[in-house]
Amino acid sequence: MNTSQAISTSVTARWTALIVVSLTAGLVACSSPVKLNETPVEDRQAKAVDNAADAAKAAADAAAAAAAAAAKSTVASVKAGGSSEANTSGWPAQRVVYFDFDSFVLRDDAKPVVEGHAKVLVGNKARKLMIEAHTDERGGREYNLALGQKRAEAVAKSLVLLGATEAQVEAVSFGKERPADEGHDEQAWAKNRRAELKERK
Amino acid sequence: MWKRRHFVTALTGMTAGWAHAQFRVEISGIGATQWPLALEAFRGETGAPASPSAIIRADLERSGAFRLLSGPADKDEASPLPQEALRGSGADAWLAGSMSRLADRSWDVRYRLWDVVKGQPHFTRSANVPAPDLRLAAHRIADEIYEKMTGERGVFASRIAYVSRSGKQYALVIADADGEGRQVALSSSEPIISPAWSPDGKSLAYVSFEQQKAAVWVQEVMTGKRTLVANFRGSNSAPAWSPDGRELALTLSRDAIAQLYVMPVNGGTPRRLTTSPSIDTEPVYSPDGKSIYFVSDRQGGPQIFKIPSSGGRVERVTFKGSYNISPAISPDGTLLAYVNRDGGAFRITTLDLTSGTISSLTDTNDDESPSFAPNGRLIMYASRSQGRDVLMTTTIDGRIKARLATSGLDMREPAWGPYGR
Repeated sequence: MNTSQAISTSVTARWTALIVVSLTAGLVACSSPVKLNETPVEDRQAKAVDNAADAAKAAADAAAAAAAAAAKSTVASVKAGGSSEANTSGWPAQRVVYFDFDSFVLRDDAKPVVEGHAKVLVGNKARKLMIEAHTDERGGREYNLALGQKRAEAVAKSLVLLGATEAQVEAVSFGKERPADEGHDEQAWAKNRRAELKERK
Repeated sequence: MWKRRHFVTALTGMTAGWAHAQFRVEISGIGATQWPLALEAFRGETGAPASPSAIIRADLERSGAFRLLSGPADKDEASPLPQEALRGSGADAWLAGSMSRLADRSWDVRYRLWDVVKGQPHFTRSANVPAPDLRLAAHRIADEIYEKMTGERGVFASRIAYVSRSGKQYALVIADADGEGRQVALSSSEPIISPAWSPDGKSLAYVSFEQQKAAVWVQEVMTGKRTLVANFRGSNSAPAWSPDGRELALTLSRDAIAQLYVMPVNGGTPRRLTTSPSIDTEPVYSPDGKSIYFVSDRQGGPQIFKIPSSGGRVERVTFKGSYNISPAISPDGTLLAYVNRDGGAFRITTLDLTSGTISSLTDTNDDESPSFAPNGRLIMYASRSQGRDVLMTTTIDGRIKARLATSGLDMREPAWGPYGR
């Protein structure tokens, strides 16, 4: 852990120290792991795709259906669920921080956003944040997923250094999969290089 | 009646005379050595749920190893060989066949491949095919022809998996290797990436964001049964199967930003494989299972490295260019395909691991995700064409390229399945 650094009481000095600490510490995660999910194994029996059979042809279709079931090309279709954000009250108005190209360093304009969120977390240990970071569309999907993870971790580390606990923050990445702007120019790319701070249960 | 449409760019020696299927095949390039083969519609193809001659023709062309000629009409497997006419058109081989529907609604499919030069059949076959498997039967015939003429195993009966996107809807799709016969294995309102086939072709591992983060699932294709294999802290991604099908190598951020781990397929405690303060990701096993190739930016930009799968010394593999990602290994372990970024262009590139020769296979600019066919002769990849994400195949020498049948939706992340079915 890197919290042995003395952090001065002045906000500006604390912010500078924070950036210095994040840069020099690199992104080696702290050793006390957050046990969010240990290896959950979910075993859901999904329904095979059914073709609706017309009652009048049911008998004739029975033979065809038997032949079809024996066919080797069957693929069962599964629908995945989604989830939405929890309670949003108390957070600062700005919930997103932006990054420069190829960078995971927090800029000065991220300061009020991160501090505002840290204050809420420090004030209520039951509240939790998910930090979702993103990249622009340039580059491979998996590599960009990891680059986004670097950005999310940078924000998480800053929050922890401002007093949040490890259990309160989880850093995840969407890589280039969820752009805020689908454009293909620098203006769009700048909007996509971001980390969003969202409440989670 | 379905309307038939067919586009050809550049020289492939093709002529018209097609069977009845809504079909778009775009093939470009000139192959090195090509077998001239004549074929025409099977007797009885009209009105059938699938047209074997059209499927066989497209398969053999896409392989780059055949030059397709039209054959005499109204023939079947029992017809005598019109040797003079075929020799005159330049054909070395001729396929003729028929299909008829049986009382139980399956099809009796018969065909004969002729050696036109010797004036005798290479082989004659018949098969009883359930209606849903007609496309598969046609692909198997193409495989038989490919193997008979080239001496190598064909891949036309194999399947691919890929991800399609339409607006905010994503689907993990399984299709025939020609892009037809699409079936949705998973539909989701969140992204899906990195599908990977199990070596036995019965399961797919993939990354789904349905829980608002990257997590790795394994799904049985026929039943839809899913297992959440990796949902550790942070992002879980880039699953790769060991050749024995028992383990997955993957990228976890549970201890650091992105490091490689190996874990049992059914879930369990991951064993950490790499230890670096950098990004290590995109693992892929060598065919003998002894090594894992992967991407790391430990020396600056991302490059491809190699590590023994039981752990140990990391060795760098790519040196040319400042950004090399997405490794894929040919089934014989001698050819590495990957994506190289040159300026702003992302191109499919190969490195011959024995000779060190590097070749750029594509001249488009947004290419991703190379995946080898199980016979190592073709590479499938994702590309961008006229504003849309499409899937392409290329021969490993880069000469013959084909676009897969498009579904009208964006298609990306192709993974070529194993032999089988």
